[in-house]
Amino acid sequence: MSPNSPKKEYTRKDFASDQEVRWCPGCGDYAILAAVQRTLPSLGSTPENTVFISGIGCSSRFPYYMNTYGFHTIHGRAPAIATGLKLANPKLDVWVITGDGDGLSIGGNHLLHVLRRNIDLQIMLFNNQIYGLTKGQYSPTSQVGKVTPSSPLGSIDQPVVPTRFALGARATFVARAFDTSKKLPEALSAAREHKGASFIEILQNCPVFNDGVFELITDRKTGPAYQLWLEHGQPMKFGANGEKGLRLKPETLSLEVVTIGEDGVSEQDIVVHDETNASLAWMLTDLPEVVALGVLYRQPGPVYNESVATQRDLAEDRFGEPDLHALLRQGHTWTVS
Amino acid sequence: MEPSAAARVQPSPRETLDSVIIRFAGDSGDGMQLTGSQFTTATADAGNDLSTFPDFPAEIRAPAGTTYGVSGYQIHFASHDVQTPGDAPDVLVAMNPAALKVNSEVLKTGGLLVVNSGAFTANNLKKAGYEVNPLEDGSLDRFRVLALDVTKMTLDAVKEVGLGSKDANRCKNMWTLGLMYWLFGRERDQTVGWLKNKFAKRPKLAEANIAALNAGHIYGENAELPHGINAYQVPSANLAPGEYRNISGNEATAWGLVTGARLAGLEVMYGSYPITPASSLLHNLARLKHFGVTTFQAEDEIAAVAAAVGASFGGSIGVTGTSGPGVALKSEAIGVAMMAELPLVIVNVQRGGPSTGLPTKTEQSDLFQAVWGRNGDAPLVVLAAATPGDCYYMAIEAIRVATTYMTPVILLTDGYLANSAEPWLLPDVDALKPFPVAFHQEPEGFHPFSRDEETLARVWPVPGTPGLEHRIGGLEKDRSTGHISYDPHNHHLMTSVRHDKIAGIARDVAPAKVDQGDNHGDLLVVGWGSTYGSIRQAVSVLREKGHQVSHLHLRNIWPLPEGLGNLLDSFHTVLVPELNNGQLVKLLRAEYPVDAVSLPRVTGLPFRIGGLIQAMEERLQGSAI
Ligand SMILES: Cc1ncc(C[n+]2csc(CCOP(=O)(O)OP(=O)(O)O)c2C)c(N)n1
Ligand code: SF4
Ligand SMILES: [Mg+2]
Repeated sequence: MSPNSPKKEYTRKDFASDQEVRWCPGCGDYAILAAVQRTLPSLGSTPENTVFISGIGCSSRFPYYMNTYGFHTIHGRAPAIATGLKLANPKLDVWVITGDGDGLSIGGNHLLHVLRRNIDLQIMLFNNQIYGLTKGQYSPTSQVGKVTPSSPLGSIDQPVVPTRFALGARATFVARAFDTSKKLPEALSAAREHKGASFIEILQNCPVFNDGVFELITDRKTGPAYQLWLEHGQPMKFGANGEKGLRLKPETLSLEVVTIGEDGVSEQDIVVHDETNASLAWMLTDLPEVVALGVLYRQPGPVYNESVATQRDLAEDRFGEPDLHALLRQGHTWTVS
Repeated sequence: MEPSAAARVQPSPRETLDSVIIRFAGDSGDGMQLTGSQFTTATADAGNDLSTFPDFPAEIRAPAGTTYGVSGYQIHFASHDVQTPGDAPDVLVAMNPAALKVNSEVLKTGGLLVVNSGAFTANNLKKAGYEVNPLEDGSLDRFRVLALDVTKMTLDAVKEVGLGSKDANRCKNMWTLGLMYWLFGRERDQTVGWLKNKFAKRPKLAEANIAALNAGHIYGENAELPHGINAYQVPSANLAPGEYRNISGNEATAWGLVTGARLAGLEVMYGSYPITPASSLLHNLARLKHFGVTTFQAEDEIAAVAAAVGASFGGSIGVTGTSGPGVALKSEAIGVAMMAELPLVIVNVQRGGPSTGLPTKTEQSDLFQAVWGRNGDAPLVVLAAATPGDCYYMAIEAIRVATTYMTPVILLTDGYLANSAEPWLLPDVDALKPFPVAFHQEPEGFHPFSRDEETLARVWPVPGTPGLEHRIGGLEKDRSTGHISYDPHNHHLMTSVRHDKIAGIARDVAPAKVDQGDNHGDLLVVGWGSTYGSIRQAVSVLREKGHQVSHLHLRNIWPLPEGLGNLLDSFHTVLVPELNNGQLVKLLRAEYPVDAVSLPRVTGLPFRIGGLIQAMEERLQGSAI
């Protein structure tokens, strides 16, 4: 494109690669792929400046289906590879694709550090509560008792709560959505707009090895009773008619589900969502009876790759033009004639 | 032996020596490394050739007075070419009983022993494990002993400055240095300047240290030394003309990486996780941000190499530095860089292994790990630096090969190279040949695994380039489209292509060449890495005796250079000394029909020249026809 040609308007097709998509029929990953391909053009992204970096797992096949730059790397290490890429070229829009096994077992360490460093990129963690690619072993997010080939009597591991892990790592953006949700693009857009590391957990159905674990939440009929979509500055209400909400129980410093109009509960009792409140976000990660969706926490902080650039500038100011000749002569030299 | 006006005598003429090996040894807190490096600078200024070797304890603050807290610094200097820090010292400076205990075994019979008798207290003797004071029981009779109460004389010398006793006591090393300067005819000015600069903010400390330095020197000038102890001179060596500096291997590697990246026209992304003896590479590079270097202290070695791989994908040269245990962690990521055919430089500053091994000692036992240590058929390039200064050129070469061939390159150095220093003739950086990288730009007919016919290197298209969007990864790809492929025949072909690409690099590097001696003869000694100096010296001794011995030192470990097979064939016997249990020797035996003989040594220390000479002589006798 010459600089004068009009800016190209991209559509979802421009972001789809020519590769045949090879997930199992009915896999939640399809819906996520479609949402991403639909969302990117609306964010002004271009295929050449967008990069998807993934680890290993069904979910990590994702980059092959995007007509952007992509790197299908090694198990668990995508956050670290993405870090190096972003440091090498901070202009790129970098997305990390990972799974519950990839990101929270083998790659847990890197996820922790990419979040606390606050590198400017987006991390989409596809949580299907199972190791899909290796054929269905329990994962670090599987519920206790989950029967799988490696846990014939049920898993005895306590599951990790991904959003809670992210907050513990001091992530500056934490969101949750599910594969087939119409609001997934909104969460993706918010993640992309955030400067710093954005963490989005996406509940994803694996119809082959863990079918229906999120069904109550995602089903069109039962869903409204379980989905609490958060909006900054709005009372945290849910239910088919918005009749339910969250109220603070000061004596236990926890949130409880109440019904407006019952037991003397009024609108005023419902807690208003504040994305910048880490304590509130912490409670929202793991609620009784309902799942908080949307942006749980957003509080911008220093961005690592920007600090790197600042220090680079500082060094350039302090030491001036790089001079190899002078570098080799720093300290003591002598001449033999 | 207190100096007094009465004891003042005319200085006797200095005895001329050809070469001297001095070891400074003391408690970790005695400042022996500083003393040694100051003596080194003064010696370089005097025009000697030299080589040094610091030997410090693994414990950061080992309890004072213990044998495991002893820190040593050895310098070998001469009026001729010096290759190694030398075997047995001619002079031992022992600042306390523990330092004597650890080192008295190695001091040559008849050697000069300078001890601080002031530190030979009952308590220190006990900590060092001496039941009787060795200064009094005749056990040191085979040495020429100069026992001085350095502690007391230092305190006297700095009294007027009015320091606290701890700071005053710390000036002992400068007193000793002053005496050594006098003994060997070195100038003090450089050290005086260095002290003023170092203690610019604490002028009292500068004053006291300078006073101690001068007092030690004056002591030498005035004292009547015991019979048999002289002042010496070592005439300057016949070094090639030019500008010199002292350089350690890790400095040289860091500067070589920066230089190589400039010659390639790239920025450096150095990912690392601290580990002895590689950490100073990270420290050196962290100071060079204005040279287009980004350093990233990662959460572990895996993240360090992964970040470097990501940076190479993004169009920088990704570099990661570590030691053997770190390379073990990095092997999967090195594999994906090999498979995705991205440039990557991995510096392994080898240390004593296996596992945690001997972290502060040196060894060359990661050759197999470098050449073969990955899953699958995963060839890459392995280079090895021979001397501290050579690290500079090999780091440049690592970047050249990595970017020209789109491949990971492992550069092997080691703890000995990393820490020892030698005078280095500064290169003319403007005369170094650039090898600019051209990123792929052309969308027409593009696929990410299209290759240069000659080098077999794939194109390097970087994210951000319109029209070249593509996906790479660790899965096998189709030879002609770059898409994922599980086709059996294609996998076989791709494995061959990756092999041929690396094997072909042998055509682009200098052919095998004998470093010393003829191209045929009775014995060829094949070495690699930091044993260069020891082997070179041992071989030259034997050649002077008239033996048909040659020395060949490999810098290209994989692929091996062209012409090596013929050379190996041209000698009656091939001997391979290595600081490991026999690794290069097996590689050679696997690649060539050569009955090479191994000379392994795994003590955590460099070869002793004497030992090498003996082993070579045994071989020569064995091969006498
Ligand atoms: C080093 C290494 N260990 C193990 C594997 C095998 N492996 C591949 S994917 C995977 C688990 C993936 O689970 P998850 O991240 O949840 O992804 P999903 O397939 O469920 O999307 C495992 C164990 C591997 N590829 N590499
Ligand atoms: S195994 Fe499960 S997660 Fe993997 S592709 Fe099939 S349905 Fe999707
Ligand atoms: Mg999973």
